[in-house]
Amino acid sequence: MELKSNEKKEIIGDAVILERPEVSLWKDAFRRMCKNKMAILGAIIIITLLVLAIFAPYIAPYHYAEGCLKENYAKPGDKYLLGADFMGRDVLSRIIYGTRISLSVGIIGASTAFILGVLYGLISGYYGGKIDNIMMRIVDIMYGFPTLLLIILMMVLFKSTFAVTTPGTIAGTLSAIDNAFGGLFFIFIGIGVTAWIGMARIARGMALSLREKEFVEAARATGNSNFQIMIKHILPNLIGPCIVAVTLQIPRYITFEAFLSFIGLGVNPPTPSWGMMISEGYKAIRSYPHLALYPGIALAITMMAFNFLGDGLRDALDPRMK
Amino acid sequence: MINYIIRRVLWAIPVLLIISLVTFSLAHVIPGGPFDKEKPLPAEIIANLEAYYGLDDPLWKQYTDYLWNALHGDFGPSYSSRSRTVNDIISTHFPVSAQLGVLAVIVAMVVGIPLGMISALKQNTFIDYFCMFFALLGVSVPSMTLGPVLVWIFALKLHILPVARWGTWQQAILPAFTLGIGSAALLARLTRASMLQVIREDYIRTARAKGVSEEKVTVHHALKNALIPVVTVIGPLFAALVTGSLIVEQIFAIPGCGKYFITSITNRDYPVVLGIMLLYALLIIIANLIVDLTYSWIDPRIRYS
Repeated sequence: MELKSNEKKEIIGDAVILERPEVSLWKDAFRRMCKNKMAILGAIIIITLLVLAIFAPYIAPYHYAEGCLKENYAKPGDKYLLGADFMGRDVLSRIIYGTRISLSVGIIGASTAFILGVLYGLISGYYGGKIDNIMMRIVDIMYGFPTLLLIILMMVLFKSTFAVTTPGTIAGTLSAIDNAFGGLFFIFIGIGVTAWIGMARIARGMALSLREKEFVEAARATGNSNFQIMIKHILPNLIGPCIVAVTLQIPRYITFEAFLSFIGLGVNPPTPSWGMMISEGYKAIRSYPHLALYPGIALAITMMAFNFLGDGLRDALDPRMK
Repeated sequence: MINYIIRRVLWAIPVLLIISLVTFSLAHVIPGGPFDKEKPLPAEIIANLEAYYGLDDPLWKQYTDYLWNALHGDFGPSYSSRSRTVNDIISTHFPVSAQLGVLAVIVAMVVGIPLGMISALKQNTFIDYFCMFFALLGVSVPSMTLGPVLVWIFALKLHILPVARWGTWQQAILPAFTLGIGSAALLARLTRASMLQVIREDYIRTARAKGVSEEKVTVHHALKNALIPVVTVIGPLFAALVTGSLIVEQIFAIPGCGKYFITSITNRDYPVVLGIMLLYALLIIIANLIVDLTYSWIDPRIRYS
């Protein structure tokens, strides 16, 4: 029998013992994911988008707000690779800067959902009983809200409350932060308020079943506190499925932002958001269909990349699901 | 079981109360009132209007009055279109959103279920990969990308379908596809996964051993069972599509509830905002209840106590 490079053969008496070095769940998952071409493609696209977002000023041929009104609606050509929009701004540059908006909404949305949701679900599921009951009733209420309507309501509230504020006050500081982010800060809050609910349900369900397992009992018997058991024993076991779930939710957060910007409740102009570009382009679709098409394609590619990656992660972490 | 249903229905009451309270508070915290116009009205007229609509009462009284009227089926007047009540508005605009939702669900089922079925029956062949790639594409292409593309191809280039508006069946085709195609992909993946599980079951082997024709095995034994998890998602899918159709309503200028909701917030038309929010919340709650009930009805191993 041939041995693989990482295997070791040991002979004790008549018995032949095959030994393989211990492989952690994450290493194993990573190895499986590397075999999944779609997941790799997704990861490569996401990394490319990240590079575009970070180095946008060096990559984009023009600044996103720089326009020449004489050259509005210029056809795609040598000067403007993908044409120019109604203000004569380079579409390609605006799409490149737009990756910043979409990626940050996706990443911040996912992190908020993940941190809040996992903590909430962990506590609820681990303690069970009355605490669980109350916490899950709150989730039920949040679950009844039509998400999109709630976010729109909150965005209108934020936009009009913080439109005129005096610097120095809390409202003034918040609105200054929002302005610094080009109107993104309140979108983060709006998405954060609604995004954690699904995650909390998943984490709670898993914590509920994990706390009955023998290793938790063993941990309790050896004198670990509730906090230690939650963080050291239960959290690592539920983190995998939660990462998968949150990755598959990222496209949703990205469309939320695009939609808000589409209806004018998102980023402040001239910050380039793909949703806003589609809405501006859609108004001129009869004569200049490419204006709505290109940012739309960028949006679709980004969402596809996160879906590929999420699917790959799921298959890698839980091969039974395939 | 009956107990469970009663408890779930009763629990919907506090949920709706809290949702109404949150929406009421959020709507009233937004600066500006329903009678602020670009050309300001004289203060006396505003005062009169506010007194007429009870807007000069303390907020808690406004809220309890609203609830009391709502319990009697009256969801209040609309401030921005004076001659109409919220009940009128919802009964004209909600059917539009509901029609759009139903059509989108039909598109999703007609496209998604066969796709998933074929994919599972031809597992790991080129057809399977092709169908699943299409499904992944469908999940990933947002209606904001798809809508303009469809409008450009079918309305502006080929001139076979109208660009926007609502009323004729031709006008419904593009929006229904735009809204439904993402869910079609979702249903395709679900059908495939469930079908793959079912065709490995013992009773399928038994059916084949009995000499049942392959066609009959596929349709009568496999598909029937494979569709169970698919059927349970139709309800929430409908609720999600109706409450999420704002984007499509906006793109195709469809006079549905979602589009009206945005206009109403901008106008500070509180009763309309509250009415639509409560209606959609009710829709979601009912959909979730139906799923839980169908689960236990279809799979008797699930019991609620």
